Amino acid sequence: MRSRSLAALILAVLLLAPGCLWAQDAPTYGLGRPATPEELAGWDIDVRADGQGLPPGSGSVRDGLTVYAERCAACHGDKGEGNPMDRLVGGTGTLASANPVRTVGSFWPYATTLFDYVRRAMPLNAPQSLTADQVYAVCAYLLYLNQIVPAEAVLNPETLPKVQMPNRHGFTSPDPRPDVPRHASP
Amino acid sequence: MPAKPVSLRGLVGRRAFLSRGAILAGSAAGLGTLFRRTASAQSDANLPPHVPQWMTEQGTPIVSPAYGVPSPFEHDVVRRPRAKTRTMTAASSCTPLQDLHGIITPNGLHFERHHAGVPAIDPDAHRLLVHGLVERPVTFTMNDLMRFPSVSRLHFLECSGNSFWTGTTAKSTVQETHGLLSCCEWTGVLLSTVLAEAGVKENAKWILAEGADAAGLSRSVPIEKALDDALLVYAQNGERLRPEQGYPLRLLLPGYEGNMNVKWLRRLKLGDQPFETREETSKYTDLMPDGTARQFTFVMEAKSVITFPSGGLQLHDHGFYEISGLAWSGRGRITRVDVSTDGGANWEQAQLQEPILTKCLTRFRVPWRWAGSPARLQSRAIDETGYEQPDRADLVAVRGLNSYYHCNAIQEWQVSADGAITNAV
Repeated sequence: MRSRSLAALILAVLLLAPGCLWAQDAPTYGLGRPATPEELAGWDIDVRADGQGLPPGSGSVRDGLTVYAERCAACHGDKGEGNPMDRLVGGTGTLASANPVRTVGSFWPYATTLFDYVRRAMPLNAPQSLTADQVYAVCAYLLYLNQIVPAEAVLNPETLPKVQMPNRHGFTSPDPRPDVPRHASP
Repeated sequence: MPAKPVSLRGLVGRRAFLSRGAILAGSAAGLGTLFRRTASAQSDANLPPHVPQWMTEQGTPIVSPAYGVPSPFEHDVVRRPRAKTRTMTAASSCTPLQDLHGIITPNGLHFERHHAGVPAIDPDAHRLLVHGLVERPVTFTMNDLMRFPSVSRLHFLECSGNSFWTGTTAKSTVQETHGLLSCCEWTGVLLSTVLAEAGVKENAKWILAEGADAAGLSRSVPIEKALDDALLVYAQNGERLRPEQGYPLRLLLPGYEGNMNVKWLRRLKLGDQPFETREETSKYTDLMPDGTARQFTFVMEAKSVITFPSGGLQLHDHGFYEISGLAWSGRGRITRVDVSTDGGANWEQAQLQEPILTKCLTRFRVPWRWAGSPARLQSRAIDETGYEQPDRADLVAVRGLNSYYHCNAIQEWQVSADGAITNAV
């Protein structure tokens, strides 16, 4: 009797063990509900450095000039020179100087980040109001002003991730801190 | 006790200090009146031996107002804009550290740093989406999130732009130099609990955290931090989050730079690489003298500052004062704070007020006797990793003056012979 119970117990453990492993992978609390593809389609707006997340569409430097003049120039200047808001153009070669000028052209490592940011946050008075084509166009125009793409450039999900930014390799990680030699304290 | 404890440095010996506890208790209540305001021009009608006017009639009734507010006499204890900015929505305001006591920041005084203003979010119309490299993409309502097992923890938050590498003036106050710093009890659910509900895939290494503000502010968080002590919080200091702090939901990454603690959190996307958002490339990266920029410098290193006496205050009388301040480290607990009254030539160990918690503000105190000679007040913090807060010169020697973020240099306040306190420039 006792040995039969023991055998049953062992059998139960053997049977349940894989189940337990599986159970760890299942929801513990059962809170929330499956996210629908429709929900994600509307909110999944990020664009990675490799271009993953870029929406269909395209925009030219020429189109960008028009969009920029209408939606961006009031804050960033006709040619991206800034004032009152951030300067977007120039500054190349200044990063190691006493007065570095950090712009899209001199500092930003990825062109895709420009798309991501303009799409989610610009213009300041109407974020997420630009169409995908308009965002591609504005990116093209800004990259043109920074002499990174030619005047005839057309940006789309294939060409934008291939744009090589001048400061692409200007960033270091991981974090080297603590990096300041410690004083001998009492 | 002999007079010896009142050393050349002006620091009072520990034992002498203890014996003067009664003096301390008696003087603490009047600090604000003593130092923040000039002497009242009012009559003596409410002073002894007269019966104070407020004892001769009923006070205001209950629930007036229903949500209590500070005494009108504390009207100047307020957040103040950090600097003139081109917009008041992409801007920051500072906590009045000089007026606070203990380690908790009152909710209405928590510093602000917004990138597109404060959104007015209806919690019933708010959702958190968890997707990407998960077994089951999930949509959570606030009710869902508040049903999870909850935790409450005290942690500081500091903007990585807190304290200036250059540009302060003799008139700078501690509110200006260090006020992008606050500390609350945060309540919410461990992020690891919520992630387990969705099932983290093995190749998930980074999580994009995205806010529901008009900046859609987004940062990449390493999975190790997310599964360690990260929280999804919905309450601070006992009440639901203030709108300025992310109502109805924010991410809290203890010890990490402020902007990563994404407010108004609406989306977590798991991926196998960082997402390279604007806030982790063109901003919140630290430019070094050689022109390269450090990326993903998350931790706020140990730091401290004397909040009393501090810039802008005026000592009117010679005699006893308690030097008091705050110390904190994004790497753990504070183990020691030293205070100098002579610009760093000599140091005395400060008393640390319990509780001393990990990644939390710690209040320190040193008794001091001011005899009327000029003094240079400094504090330096040491944390449990052995890290010691650096001198400004040592810090600048490594990082130059253009890295903008993560300035944790020792702060000095200068006391002049007439008792005026100024920022050492």
